[in-house]
Amino acid sequence: MDLATSHETAVRCRGLVKRFDDVTAVAGLDLEVRRGECFGLLGPNGAGKTTTIEILEGLTTPDAGEVELLGTNWADEPRRLRERLGISLQETQLNEKLTVEETLRLFRSFYAQGRDPDRVIADLSLEEKRKARVGKLSGGQKQRLAVACALVGDPEVLFLDEPTTGLDPQSRLELWGLVTAFRAEGGTVVLTTHYMDEAERLCDRVAIVDHGRVIALGTPAELIASLHAADVIEFAAEPELPEAELLALPGATEVHRRGPNLALSVGALSQAVPALLAAVDQAGAKLVNLSTHRATLEDLFVALTGRELREGQ
Amino acid sequence: MRVRPPLVELTLARAKEFVREPEAIFWVFAVPIVFSIVLGFAFRSKPPDRIPVAVATRAATAPASPASADLAAARAVAALARSPFLAPRALPASAAREALRTGKVSLLVEPGDPSLGSAAPLTFRFDPTQPEARIARLEAEDALERAAGRSDVVPVRSVEVREKGARYIDFLIPGLLGMNLMGTGIWSLAFSITNARSRRVLKRLVATPMRRSDFLLAQIFARLMFLVVEVTLLVGFGWLAFGVAVRGSILLLLATCFLGAMCFCGLGLLIASRVTTLEGASGLTNLVMLPMWLCSGVFFSSDRFPAIAQPFIQALPLTALNNALRAIVNEAKGWTAVAPPLALLAAWGIASFAVALRIFKWK
Repeated sequence: MDLATSHETAVRCRGLVKRFDDVTAVAGLDLEVRRGECFGLLGPNGAGKTTTIEILEGLTTPDAGEVELLGTNWADEPRRLRERLGISLQETQLNEKLTVEETLRLFRSFYAQGRDPDRVIADLSLEEKRKARVGKLSGGQKQRLAVACALVGDPEVLFLDEPTTGLDPQSRLELWGLVTAFRAEGGTVVLTTHYMDEAERLCDRVAIVDHGRVIALGTPAELIASLHAADVIEFAAEPELPEAELLALPGATEVHRRGPNLALSVGALSQAVPALLAAVDQAGAKLVNLSTHRATLEDLFVALTGRELREGQ
Repeated sequence: MRVRPPLVELTLARAKEFVREPEAIFWVFAVPIVFSIVLGFAFRSKPPDRIPVAVATRAATAPASPASADLAAARAVAALARSPFLAPRALPASAAREALRTGKVSLLVEPGDPSLGSAAPLTFRFDPTQPEARIARLEAEDALERAAGRSDVVPVRSVEVREKGARYIDFLIPGLLGMNLMGTGIWSLAFSITNARSRRVLKRLVATPMRRSDFLLAQIFARLMFLVVEVTLLVGFGWLAFGVAVRGSILLLLATCFLGAMCFCGLGLLIASRVTTLEGASGLTNLVMLPMWLCSGVFFSSDRFPAIAQPFIQALPLTALNNALRAIVNEAKGWTAVAPPLALLAAWGIASFAVALRIFKWK
């Protein structure tokens, strides 16, 4: 089957399937990433995000399905294609004995055309660490260097697998800045994450992935809107109120258990909160705690799967 | 920033990685030198010992000065000292007897009184069951007669034959060189490739447009960069410290070292072609190297193993390399003589590379 080639599309895949022994990591996955957008694969650990992105990167061969990248595919001149991609693997390890400068020079040498390593060092604020060995860098600096190695070939598409996992808030912000800057220059980004705030902040469009399938797709705003709930009330009462009674409250759309609390998705806090308090009072129950927040992708994931994105955390 | 071609950058990166690993430097450069020092001194060949001989003086006490010493005894000591095999000293008669009895000297010489002629002859006292004592007696008699003016009826010339190249250190240095070429070749490739794979550096490199052949060639080139240093260091040390000279062609020696290094690079690559953990690579490396350490004639000749084991031992690449190195260094053999072991090395190398490249796991 021939995939329709479009200069609007940077990455497209259809019907991807990948099994490892008994486990089906990717179970029929379709995606389309437009040029110039930042596309996020959001899902919990083990959802098949890494397998999917590595299939797109040509590092894993799918059992079924097809991939089209920049109007070509992996069967056709893979080295040419690699010239146009920048890749940062999950927890990329680089040679610890080399310095930042040496590492970038090495990666630059693989590309026929690319950016000046000096400029990349400056752009990624690694100037002070230029002569430092990779083994001596902090987690945030290592991750920035990993992205630098992906950028030094001046790619059209940047693949980032869990780029901020394990980073401190400051390093996360710096990394988000790098992605935004690359986007601003017209680059296309495909990233995976299990942080909903990362997906909301960085991505133009997000595919929520679970059990190797896309279960929701759209802009973060569209996805959140699909909840039909603007806000979420998290609370705990003793004794607990029946679920049916909670869903009968004005504007209530969903109720889910979240740890010791119940999460109630509502259309408008101004109506729902007084009604909830009244209901608690009427039932003779005691309110243990109550908090509210704007609805997020996390709430959507809970609504779609009944589980949290970062199970057990 | 000036960026060199990928093969150059990869080779330099690998060389830097190696140099920045102090343990690697120690094993590659220091250990063979330490081995050659320890074993070279332990098994050094000594000059022949001089046999201790006592000459009895007539004085009851030890001679305090040459003037007070018995003149005949002094003359005898001087005559005996001319023999390269004797270590004479003058002792008072009683002390001299005691020294002979306790085995501190092998021979006791009691000078006679020339004025009394055969009534007071020169006397040798010794234990004829000891070969050293018999040698000392013959040597002493010869030295004393000669000093007294005996002229040889038959002209005699002695030529000392002390062959270099037949000492243990001469055997050892080529063996250590072979061992080092094996260890460095196998270990440097097996370790660095497995390390790159286990830490997913290899996968990251494969995700770039890097040519895979460049990566593998760089591993080999980086290893060859150290080959010259290794060979020069060990051969130079053997020559300066122990006088182990390369009797054959230096060019042939270098060519053999090169071929040996390449062969073991192939084995290193084969070991590293699929393993994903350093523990696995370490186990495989030992499995491959240990039999060759023991059997391939590094420290002692592989001929000492029974005939039934010889076909296997002779087929090992290190046996071939050591045989070729010894033939060149010790026996000054030429190209034709070392062609069979070199062919065996080449066969091992080519087979290893061919299999390794076929089964190599990049991701």
